[in-house]
Amino acid sequence: MKKLLVLTTALSGLAFAASAEEIAVMSWGGAYATSQIEAYHKPFTAKTGITVVDVVADNPAAPIKAQVEAGNVTVDVVDLEYADAVRLCDEGLLEPIDPAILEPGADGTAALDDFLPGAVTECYVATIVFSTLYAFDESKFPENPPSTIADFFDAAKYPGKRGMRKGAKVNLEMALMADGVPAADVYATLETPEGVDRAFAKLGTIKGDVVWWEAGAQPPQLLADGEVVMSTGYNGRFFAAAVTEGKPFKQVFDGQVYEYDGYAIPKGAPNLELAKQFLTFSTTTQALADQAKWISYGPARKSSGPLVGLFMDGKTEMGAYMPTSAANLTNALPSSYEFWVDRDTELNERFNAWLASN
Amino acid sequence: MALPVYASPLERIWHYTYLVICALIFLFLIAPILIVIPLSFNAEPYFTFTEKMLSLDPAGYSLRWYDLLLTQPSMPTDVPRDAAWWAQVWQESIWIRAAKNSVIIGVFSTIVATVLGTIAALGLSRPEMPYRRVVMAILISPMIVPIIITATGLFFFYSNPCALLNWTGLADQCGRLTGSYLGVVLAHATLGIPFVIITVTATLIGFDQSLNRAAASLGAPPTTTFFKVTMPLILPGVISGALFAFVTSFDEVVVVLFVAAHDQQTIPRQMWNGIREQISPAILAVATILVIISVGMLATLELLRRRSERLRGVTPA
Amino acid sequence: MAEVSAAAVGLTTADGRPLRTALATAQQRAKRRAFLLVLPLLAFIVITFIVPIGQMMHQAVYNDGFSANMPRLSAWFAEHPVGTDPDEPAWQALALDLQDAATAKTAGVVGTRVNYQMSGTRSLFTSTARKAKDFAPPYRDAVIAADKKWDDPELWGTMRQVSRAYSLNFFLAALDMTQDRQGMIVAMPEDRQIYVDLFVKTFLLAGLITLTCFLLGFPIAHLLATLPLRWSNLLMILVLLPFWTSLLVRTTSWIVLLQQQGVVNSALVATGVITEEGRLQMIYNQMGTIIAMTHILLPFMILPLYSVMRPIPPSYVRAARSLGATSWTAFRRIYLPQTLPGIGAGSLLVFILAVGYYITPALVGGASGQLISNLIAFHMQDSLNWSLASALAALLLGAVLVLYWLYDRLVGIDNLKLG
Repeated sequence: MKKLLVLTTALSGLAFAASAEEIAVMSWGGAYATSQIEAYHKPFTAKTGITVVDVVADNPAAPIKAQVEAGNVTVDVVDLEYADAVRLCDEGLLEPIDPAILEPGADGTAALDDFLPGAVTECYVATIVFSTLYAFDESKFPENPPSTIADFFDAAKYPGKRGMRKGAKVNLEMALMADGVPAADVYATLETPEGVDRAFAKLGTIKGDVVWWEAGAQPPQLLADGEVVMSTGYNGRFFAAAVTEGKPFKQVFDGQVYEYDGYAIPKGAPNLELAKQFLTFSTTTQALADQAKWISYGPARKSSGPLVGLFMDGKTEMGAYMPTSAANLTNALPSSYEFWVDRDTELNERFNAWLASN
Repeated sequence: MALPVYASPLERIWHYTYLVICALIFLFLIAPILIVIPLSFNAEPYFTFTEKMLSLDPAGYSLRWYDLLLTQPSMPTDVPRDAAWWAQVWQESIWIRAAKNSVIIGVFSTIVATVLGTIAALGLSRPEMPYRRVVMAILISPMIVPIIITATGLFFFYSNPCALLNWTGLADQCGRLTGSYLGVVLAHATLGIPFVIITVTATLIGFDQSLNRAAASLGAPPTTTFFKVTMPLILPGVISGALFAFVTSFDEVVVVLFVAAHDQQTIPRQMWNGIREQISPAILAVATILVIISVGMLATLELLRRRSERLRGVTPA
Repeated sequence: MAEVSAAAVGLTTADGRPLRTALATAQQRAKRRAFLLVLPLLAFIVITFIVPIGQMMHQAVYNDGFSANMPRLSAWFAEHPVGTDPDEPAWQALALDLQDAATAKTAGVVGTRVNYQMSGTRSLFTSTARKAKDFAPPYRDAVIAADKKWDDPELWGTMRQVSRAYSLNFFLAALDMTQDRQGMIVAMPEDRQIYVDLFVKTFLLAGLITLTCFLLGFPIAHLLATLPLRWSNLLMILVLLPFWTSLLVRTTSWIVLLQQQGVVNSALVATGVITEEGRLQMIYNQMGTIIAMTHILLPFMILPLYSVMRPIPPSYVRAARSLGATSWTAFRRIYLPQTLPGIGAGSLLVFILAVGYYITPALVGGASGQLISNLIAFHMQDSLNWSLASALAALLLGAVLVLYWLYDRLVGIDNLKLG
């Protein structure tokens, strides 16, 4: 073993003078990662000298669970959806986070009062509110463009391939809403086996037209490549493609499903203290407001709201693109973590069987 | 492949059809590799030839995607490119980091694979070798076993390499090999070994064992015999085995996906990310560079083959 | 004759030992020396390759997700025979185990294990564990008050099955089968049978890819084998260059060529063969997998074919022709039989490699072009059902090893050629 150690040291020594202090943050890649790099990573490095490495995953929940269960944790901070964070916390896979490490709001409000309700849990600090919705290529539907979630599921009226996330979450909710279930009743319906059948039946009506995506960066790419005419996706990604790259993507907020997303620390993170330091830094009023300059996700602190102004191009008002602005909430569904924490495994299993069957 | 004089007209037609078919198959083989080269100089972010490119307008071409390789993910582009800027690129560009990792991992795994593989091949080629068939089958198996199985097995094994010692009572925990250079190097060496074995034993088939006996009878100790007699003769086989091992490591992505951490991201791993998310033509720039490297490797191999044939006096079969 | 052999027995070496023993010792020594040369590598491969795979196979039959975290209930199952109705000690064991699981945060692990056998039960464990700290005797009523699903005898039958760490459940699952409450092996419900179909599909696709490789490889190998060396060496580069080019580069190239806005579609639109709306879907489906894999595996077909075809003297075919055979007959009766070893070697190699392919289907296969390897990766990385992944991997490995054995019997591993 000693020889092995010597060799390991020799090999790591070769790894070009890795900087003394470094933390790895696992997130979702693409435009979202860019916003985090600009708003959190770079300022954090500038202030502390600690390098932040961005690690990309389709959905960090799976690799983190695998890492902790195998005893292989290589990242220090992980970006998770709310339901996944609650689930992993329940399973003891995340480090507890003492809310005392969070800074008070810029106006002096205590951190726990400053964050939106429920945004801080035992092992999780939400940073943003994001939404899954669908967007379409305006050039493909010059007249009478789709405007409701039902239109997304109407392949006769709006022909062409559609992109959807390869997984049960959000797709089932959207299917029910498209099938006429009011947003308020979606989860009550999904609690029943008939409701789940109904959602799968609705998904089945467009199954042959669906291109399944896995990474959040794919939907805008699929649209841009003309592989699909409309796709579900994260609103911030569509926004980034539309505003910064001038793509003709129009988002449809009808039937959107919104949720918190934020940071947690996996159990056994190699640099626990630095990870906490990063968490404190990246959840301040200013940092959260800064992120909204880069992507159209709502900050999870009330005190950050007033600081959000223009997009980094200096002319686009962010308000209209935020999932939480009043105009976009007319038919919107807050994702239920209570539902998904317990059902995620079972429904995904059913989803995959459904996907594999013909 | 000349047509015999007695060929009938029908046979003539068939003959030319056949040549056309062959030409098309060659096109199928080679076109996908060549197509990325011009497209990597596209001035537009598209994967197809633009009007300007087709009309050979210089404005249709640019080096912007190669430039992007240097500046991703976070380098400023609008500053003077002085020594400090290049130094920063050397440290920060994800592609350069990936290239460094690929080379480090490739070189070390090649050394391990070549040394162990060559020694074993010498043993395997001796007529006295017991259980030759079984041993050979085991040593070649890393090439045959589906890579996903290898990667999965290594993922569990590397998570706690001493788990198996549990029942011996010696140790049940001794750190881990995931997320380490050593882990990736060992795995890649394992994958490269079959190639070394195959190429070196192939060279040894034509090897005259009496040369060794002659050296021994003249009083040379085994090591001298090895370095003065055997080695020069099998060297081409060893080098081409080493090249194979290096390329295997240089091209490997699945094991890296399963057992490496962010520190050990290699070029293929970085390409994997790029392909899955969005293929920017930057990927094509990397692809072009890799194609040029493989042309270089192929040329080296061809030279070696010729040298080996000359040395051994074998006319190509 | 008898005298001679008798004399041979009596032969001795210079130092007086019988020649036979001396020879045998020398032979032994040579054997040992040869084996010692191979030993380091053999040990290396066993430790870094065979052992890890064996360890994974072990996972396919071993899962202590339930037994390790529900010790009391597992013990109760061990003590009571199949068919015993849960009595109050059983309910007590369940309640106390759930309390411990809630504290240790392992209810999710337990629930996940049971859920593999009986869908829809994971949430039962997690939600009941949250209420477990208030459980008080009588435990049966307390647990059923938390959720009446606990009274389901099928659930108890399932818990009994998973209370043993060693089981064949995951192999059954990998074969679309399961155990019912009585422990009988039955088929999965229709809508959950996916693995056998996928195995069949993997083998069919691998067969199809082998066939296309053969159809494309044979003419090329024949051409290379019959051209003068100067030319064939030159053309051989066109075969070897793809062989030496990164897999990811080649996969990328196919995406660039075949995607909707790609080179082929654009060329077809520009030449008017198809309309802008009629762009073909050639990638991110089965077709993409087949095309890209054929391209990647083609050299593995051409090289063995070539090495068999090259030494075939052209005079045989000429002789057949001079005896009156048509060119087709001469080819079919004289040439083709001589190439059979090459066809066998190439086809088996391509098939073996294709069956276990992962990267290319993952990148260009879309939903319909996924092979069994991709599902193993899915269960490793996404669903995290590692035991099922291992069971699927064991089945795939078994199939590959049978093919490998066949290859060794028919072709011989020594005859593997690389360029």
